[in-house]
Amino acid sequence: MILLAGNSLTAVGVGTLFWSILIFSLFFFLLAKFAWKPILAAIKQRDEMIKGSIESAENARKEMQKLQADNEAILKKAREERETILKEARDVRDKLIAEAKGRATEEAEKIVEKAMTGIEREKDKALSEIHEQVATLSVEIASKLLGEKLSKTGEQDKLIDKYLKDIDLKKN
Amino acid sequence: MENSERQIFRIITDLKTRLTTGLFFILFLLVYNFPAVGQAAHGSPEATAAGQSKGPFDASSFIIEHVSNSHEWHLLTIRKKDGTEKNISIPLPVILYQKGTGLHFFFSDKLAHGHEYKGFRLEEEGEYAGKIVAMNAAGEIDKENIPLDFSMTKMVVGMLAAALLGLWLFISLSRSYKKSGISHPRGIQSFLEPVICFIRDDVVIPNIGYKHYEKFMPYLLSVFFFILINNLMGLIPFPPPFGANVTGNLALTMTLALFTFFTVQLNGTKGYWKHIFATPGVPLWLLPIMVPVELIGIVSKPFALMIRLFANITAGHIIVISLMALIFIFDSIWVSPVSVFFVIFMDCLELLVAFLQAYVFTFLSSLFISMALVEEHH
Repeated sequence: MILLAGNSLTAVGVGTLFWSILIFSLFFFLLAKFAWKPILAAIKQRDEMIKGSIESAENARKEMQKLQADNEAILKKAREERETILKEARDVRDKLIAEAKGRATEEAEKIVEKAMTGIEREKDKALSEIHEQVATLSVEIASKLLGEKLSKTGEQDKLIDKYLKDIDLKKN
Repeated sequence: MENSERQIFRIITDLKTRLTTGLFFILFLLVYNFPAVGQAAHGSPEATAAGQSKGPFDASSFIIEHVSNSHEWHLLTIRKKDGTEKNISIPLPVILYQKGTGLHFFFSDKLAHGHEYKGFRLEEEGEYAGKIVAMNAAGEIDKENIPLDFSMTKMVVGMLAAALLGLWLFISLSRSYKKSGISHPRGIQSFLEPVICFIRDDVVIPNIGYKHYEKFMPYLLSVFFFILINNLMGLIPFPPPFGANVTGNLALTMTLALFTFFTVQLNGTKGYWKHIFATPGVPLWLLPIMVPVELIGIVSKPFALMIRLFANITAGHIIVISLMALIFIFDSIWVSPVSVFFVIFMDCLELLVAFLQAYVFTFLSSLFISMALVEEHH
């Protein structure tokens, strides 16, 4: 009701329109040139810097994590390697000891065997010598006992051998 | 997003419509009933003796005078002991262009109380009420030769003050950015930067998109802050240049709407114009109907912007002044606590409306711009 009554309220004056266009255009152009451009540029620059900083921090964090993981892996690998080396060393030692032991017993056995054969041989030799000496002694004794009854030594020897062999067979 | 904004807008306008209708109803009753009571109480002889001064309080002209434009900035009226009234007002520059005599420049106090100056007179009633007219030799209004009025009226002065305040504020802000570089915002920056970022991130980018938004930021920020500063200055009642109903002036809202209109049309893509003159999917025989409808749509969008801002801000001013007028209607100082209480309430609401209307204008402008930027994909 009042709105309709007072047409001075809804009237658009040419002068007011002119001034408001002029004032707003100046306001807009001056601000666009001297205010919004630097302000928006500064805000954008700051935004980008913050974004960049956050990104680089994130990257650094990831890098750190990767490095840590790498370190851990390296450490683990080193530990494993040490374990294997130690184990190998132990194995080698055991093997060496076993080998040495084996060789030593072998050698000993060989020596014992050699010694045995030597002993045997010497024993045989000694026995045969004893045989001979016994034979000669027996012959001498016999010849002394028999005297000249048996003059021909050849025939005596054959007889003695024959006896001795009998004795041997009986003994064995 | 637009829905919620519309909802808020509707709630506010509903609330305001209810308040305004209620108030006008009260005022209507009072205006029609009180004169008789007042006259009975004060006695008519005094009223007749003092002439026009002690007549019944005319609320509607009081209100209209406060919200409309004027050639002078009225400060106060003093009623002298002899009953005559004395208006104290700041004279404003009057600039007239008349065919033949050219430009005229003088101050509005020369035209006060219906005085004639250089053959011009400020009409107070009749067909040319509130307008400056030229007088002919016979002492009548020269209807053939009405001068063009380029006066720095109350609205122009208020607008200029707001523009200067805005320029000072934002140019000093840009200086402080140059000084501080890209370090954290400080001082006035921390106060204004969130608002600028809000316009950028929540109004312009969601509507226009990352591709084109930078081109329109200066205009939309200028519009937002121009409306906001004017709205807020209009809420501060007293020392001029405050208190003028600048954003409740159709010439100003028309200017802003025209800027949005031309920004939209000048940035219209091929797809936008194709949508208007050869709407895809519409049969050929319907185009003679569709094209005028689309053309009306082009104009009605900025027209709605113009009316919305004007109506909201003017309504706020009218309500506040109506509440103040209640004191004079009742002619009693005991009404003032009620008036003051309601004015404080309304001012709080108007503070919200000041921001909301600046936001709505900017939001819808960016929406219309985004509609003009459609890619051709049909």
